[in-house]
Amino acid sequence: MAATAARGLSRINMAALALGLAFLYLPIVILVIYSFNASQLVTVWGGWSLRWYRELLNDEAMLAAAWMSLRVAAMSATAAAVLGTLAAVALARAGAFRGRTLFSGMLYAPLVMPEVITGLTLLLLFVAVNAERGFWTVTIAHTTLTMCFVTVVVQSRLGALDRSLEEAAMDLGCPPARAFVAVTLPLILPAIAAGWMLAFTLSLDDLVIASFTTGPGSATLPIRIYSEVRLGVKPQINAICTLIVALLTLVIIAASMATKLTSARGESAAPL
Amino acid sequence: MSARRLFTGPARLAAIAPYLWLALFFLVPFGFVIKISLSQTAVAQPPYLPVFDLAAGWDSLVAAFGELTLDNYRLLVSDNLYLLAYLRSVMVAFTATLILLLIGYPVAYAMARLPRRWQATAMMLVIIPFWTSFLIRVYAWINILQHDGLLNTVLVGLGIVSAPLSWLATDTAMYIGLVYSYLPFMILPLYATLSKMDGALLEAAADLGCSPVKAFWLVTVPISLPGVGAGVLLCFIPIVGEFVIPDLLAGSDALMIGQTIWLEFFTNRDWPVASATAVVLLAILVVPLVFYERAQMRQIEGRR
Repeated sequence: MAATAARGLSRINMAALALGLAFLYLPIVILVIYSFNASQLVTVWGGWSLRWYRELLNDEAMLAAAWMSLRVAAMSATAAAVLGTLAAVALARAGAFRGRTLFSGMLYAPLVMPEVITGLTLLLLFVAVNAERGFWTVTIAHTTLTMCFVTVVVQSRLGALDRSLEEAAMDLGCPPARAFVAVTLPLILPAIAAGWMLAFTLSLDDLVIASFTTGPGSATLPIRIYSEVRLGVKPQINAICTLIVALLTLVIIAASMATKLTSARGESAAPL
Repeated sequence: MSARRLFTGPARLAAIAPYLWLALFFLVPFGFVIKISLSQTAVAQPPYLPVFDLAAGWDSLVAAFGELTLDNYRLLVSDNLYLLAYLRSVMVAFTATLILLLIGYPVAYAMARLPRRWQATAMMLVIIPFWTSFLIRVYAWINILQHDGLLNTVLVGLGIVSAPLSWLATDTAMYIGLVYSYLPFMILPLYATLSKMDGALLEAAADLGCSPVKAFWLVTVPISLPGVGAGVLLCFIPIVGEFVIPDLLAGSDALMIGQTIWLEFFTNRDWPVASATAVVLLAILVVPLVFYERAQMRQIEGRR
């Protein structure tokens, strides 16, 4: 009875799913295809060509911005992975401690905080302490923004973990901290790696917070793209966007492989 | 049990570094925003007065405190520009969240009813766009919506319209961009609650003579309400403060509050007014959060 009801609905269900996914993917597919268009005009298809990628190689401002973005992303993702993992360990294992509510509140607030506010508050701090704005200020801002994402991934992994391994190590005389490092840490490493990659892509993506916290002469890639996009569509932008999409796809595949590695070890995978 | 007790000590030590980091780079900056929102604009570096100078001694600190004013907040209340921007932001976020719910629910529902082995793939497919750059996704739509873009070419080619329409710089374009960008945020929490639903409940409803449509409203919808709440919150709050999408896709005649803060800050270099605007925005956003928190508490209590 229920099976027939489900099958009766499934055609509408499939249509909804197909339309939803098409809506999500078509614009990006179109963007990628047009990045290989030989013609300057978007409406005219001039055949396949790598022309815009070659022009990109000569765009020094764009390349400098890309390099800046990659450095910021790698640096802030690493800091976020360390701090986010520590926070996850504290939330998952420390039980109730004083200030826990404030702690988790501060940790998760950037998830929903409008970027304009986060960017503005951090900038005002940097100005007040007279910090030179550039690489380090953007890195600090991105670390603050992305560490909660690492915590979410690592904390759910810690929660799904079989504690008896850790307990067995301690029963055999291993001190708690060492048991954690020797037994638990290797098990949550894939989750930390997945969190690092998530932080990396979020940092690479951010325009608003970077605009507030960076200084003159050190634009990140989204800032550079944004200022070009405001002037209109250019084929080179299609090309750089395609490259970013390709890079991010690689990161996603790596992250999902890291999560698979986790589930291959016999426990449930951490949801990304 | 003994392990839990033994490890809490080191685990508490682990909290110190992230705690300090967040206090310094998340909590303290809010103090600065509030202070600067009470300051006056000045042609100086930094562009506001007074500047607290601890080295200048107690008396000048007291004097600086005396210079703080509520003028910026008075301006926000008296100038229609800001009121309209707040109103527009809330209205746009409300409309976009409603559209997101109407589109996201059927998709999440279909995902939850897929065979188990396909569900992980479907979830991955929804998550991937969330990883792709926000800016790129908005830009992809500019490509499609521009005057000689794909949409107009297709519409004219099919003879649906005789001349290209202007899509860019309209509210329609903005809503397309918002719905497109936030759809994964709506689908995922909905899917999370819908996939946990016990199919036996629908069978029971059917056995008792309930039609599928009625069962959907009486069984599925109430069960999915926590997911609806989370999805609505995850979309509504960031959209109220959204900057990139309205800036690139909507017209420039009506601004949202995120754009106003940006404009005051970067173009007018009026940091105190920008700060006051941000403080008020934050106060507005706390309202739905408190409602959600209360609803969740009630639910937990109801379960007991």
